[in-house]
Amino acid sequence: MRKKSVNIDIALTHILTRRKQTLVACLGVTLGVAVYLFMNSLSNGFSIYSRGEIFKNSAHIKIYKEDEISKPFTEPSNETELVAIVNPQITTLSKTLINPQGILDKIKSQFFLTHAIAQVNVDVFYNNGKSQLKGTANGVNILEADAMFNISSYMVAGSLKDLNGNLGGIVIGKGIAEKMNVRLDDNIVVSSSLGITKTLKVKGIFSTGSAVADQSKSYINISTAQQFAKEGPSYVTTIYANTINADKSPEYAKTLQQFTEYKVEPWQITNADVLSGDLVRNTMMGAISLSILVIAAFGIYNILNMTVMQKINDIAILKATGFSGGDVIKIFVTEALIMGLFGCVIGLAVGGVLIAIMSNIWMGPPVGYFPIYFTQSIFASSFILGMLATFGAGYIPARKASKVDPVEIFRK
Amino acid sequence: MEKRNVVLSTKGIGKYFYEPVKFKVLDNISFEAYKGEFLTLVGKSGSGKSTLLYCLSTMDTTYEGELYIENEKVTGKKTDDLAALRNKSIGFIFQFHYLLPEFTCLKNVMLPALKLGKFTYEEVEAQAYQKLEMLGLKDQALKPTSKLSGGQQQRVSIARSLINNPQIIMCDEPTGNLDSKNTQIVFDIFKQIAHEYGQTIIAVTHDNDFAKASDRTIELADGKITNLDKKNFD
Ligand SMILES: Nc1ncnc2c1ncn2[C@@H]1O[C@H](COP(=O)(O)OP(=O)(O)OP(=O)(O)O)[C@@H](O)[C@H]1O
Ligand SMILES: [Mg+2]
Repeated sequence: MRKKSVNIDIALTHILTRRKQTLVACLGVTLGVAVYLFMNSLSNGFSIYSRGEIFKNSAHIKIYKEDEISKPFTEPSNETELVAIVNPQITTLSKTLINPQGILDKIKSQFFLTHAIAQVNVDVFYNNGKSQLKGTANGVNILEADAMFNISSYMVAGSLKDLNGNLGGIVIGKGIAEKMNVRLDDNIVVSSSLGITKTLKVKGIFSTGSAVADQSKSYINISTAQQFAKEGPSYVTTIYANTINADKSPEYAKTLQQFTEYKVEPWQITNADVLSGDLVRNTMMGAISLSILVIAAFGIYNILNMTVMQKINDIAILKATGFSGGDVIKIFVTEALIMGLFGCVIGLAVGGVLIAIMSNIWMGPPVGYFPIYFTQSIFASSFILGMLATFGAGYIPARKASKVDPVEIFRK
Repeated sequence: MEKRNVVLSTKGIGKYFYEPVKFKVLDNISFEAYKGEFLTLVGKSGSGKSTLLYCLSTMDTTYEGELYIENEKVTGKKTDDLAALRNKSIGFIFQFHYLLPEFTCLKNVMLPALKLGKFTYEEVEAQAYQKLEMLGLKDQALKPTSKLSGGQQQRVSIARSLINNPQIIMCDEPTGNLDSKNTQIVFDIFKQIAHEYGQTIIAVTHDNDFAKASDRTIELADGKITNLDKKNFD
């Protein structure tokens, strides 16, 4: 250690002889880093949670037939023809995908696909006595759908297995159960817009946490759904697919689009509203926590600035006895970095404890434990930003110190 | 008389101050200082002694003319090179002792040598003890500087100026704050440094007795050298 470290030696002496100021500066950084870490972990936890919510109802990629809208006028092909102007209207006759199995086979061969399922969505009314509720019944192979949407994780009653292959069964949202006043193994009358009415037995109740979904959504077997739609076994309205990396869904969607003329839509587009809300929240939290970090760095700046003012004679002496401007910068930057290092480490510890406490708070279903997690990258970025801020805060007074003119000081 | 080695020389050094009005503090200063010489600078208050010393010290670079130290032209060098030169070749003693208050006496003496980096920490420590012993301060070595008397502090700063065995030691009124007993001690040390160790001392002083007893005295008046070897002190 000995030979080259005289600058560090001086820096340490300064720090140790001014314990109180050092402590204040450290605490400032501690607070800044802890808050930065905590807020960003919180923000990240919310994002993870909100994404989890999205994937309860959305797959990474959705393939469906887009509504076709008639053109407002027809182009004349020659001068003698007239232009026909009509009101634009939806001209889609059927929502069915033609040859769904072919599409499924083709997309399943892509390396990035983990699951793909066919689904029949039908608009239905749930009836019980006089009360009627509008909703959507999702006709699926329930085990495949479970693998995709992890439905079993938010079941509050019954079991998905009881629906598997049970054409007279239905799994409904908690909101439907409450409004229709039905419980497990009760019957519920379901009718489709095409006039098909069936009495189905409730085999399970789920709660996604989204009131809209819970009050409208149900799962039935795919062939039951086809009957509601008055269609045969080849009738499929939507194909859902999950991929190995949800973030890359838009790219994957582009690749899949080559295999079909139907609309291939990544989840980011389906849920653009939720995502933009997330973005606003993340940006705000990031900005707030960053400002707190900057304010903390100001503490170090202030204290070092004061030190430089008070030690101006000492700086002059050091320069007179052969320390260069660079040495003086090193001395004061070292002081800042030592204070910053301690502040950061303690700040990470404090932030970590806060995260640990929060993550053990049970929020009850459907949230479960408070959504905050230990994320290595956030710890790393808190540390790096903390150190960068202290470096900046130390460098400015250090530069000032290096510019001290000893002659001016000695003349006084 | 045999030819003596010149350690420091100036050629026509001049300097202006511009505040509050432009005036010439130093005017055509040319002289030589020799190895092992105990040289004093005298002159009325305001004659420019301190200003000249700061130019000689390489800390003040805004002058005209040329400065040579150990036969090397110093004028125009980069500030980092000048810092290194001061570290190695010039020792300073100020009227106000200017020790670093949070370090012990020993550490104060050691710092310039640690900066020089020529010896290990242990070697520097031993050398610092030796310098302090020479100045009769060995038992004070581990005290903080604030616990010492004025005379003792001045001796610590002398020890510090000697630690790198510089060719030149410069002082601005080194005895200005000392009583006659301590002045005598410092004087004897300077004599010893110059005559036994062959280092050159350039000391600004107001004390005529001190100047008279030195090897040679240069007198300044209104920024000009009026006498290169003053003998007559009345
Ligand atoms: N920074 C400055 N700006 C303008 N004038 C200055 C400055 N420093 C010194 N002077 C002037 O320069 C002249 C020489 O000052 P200097 O300090 O060298 O005198 P001195 O011989 O050391 O005096 P003393 O014996 O009182 O210490 C004085 O007239 C002083 O007022
Ligand atoms: Mg003076």
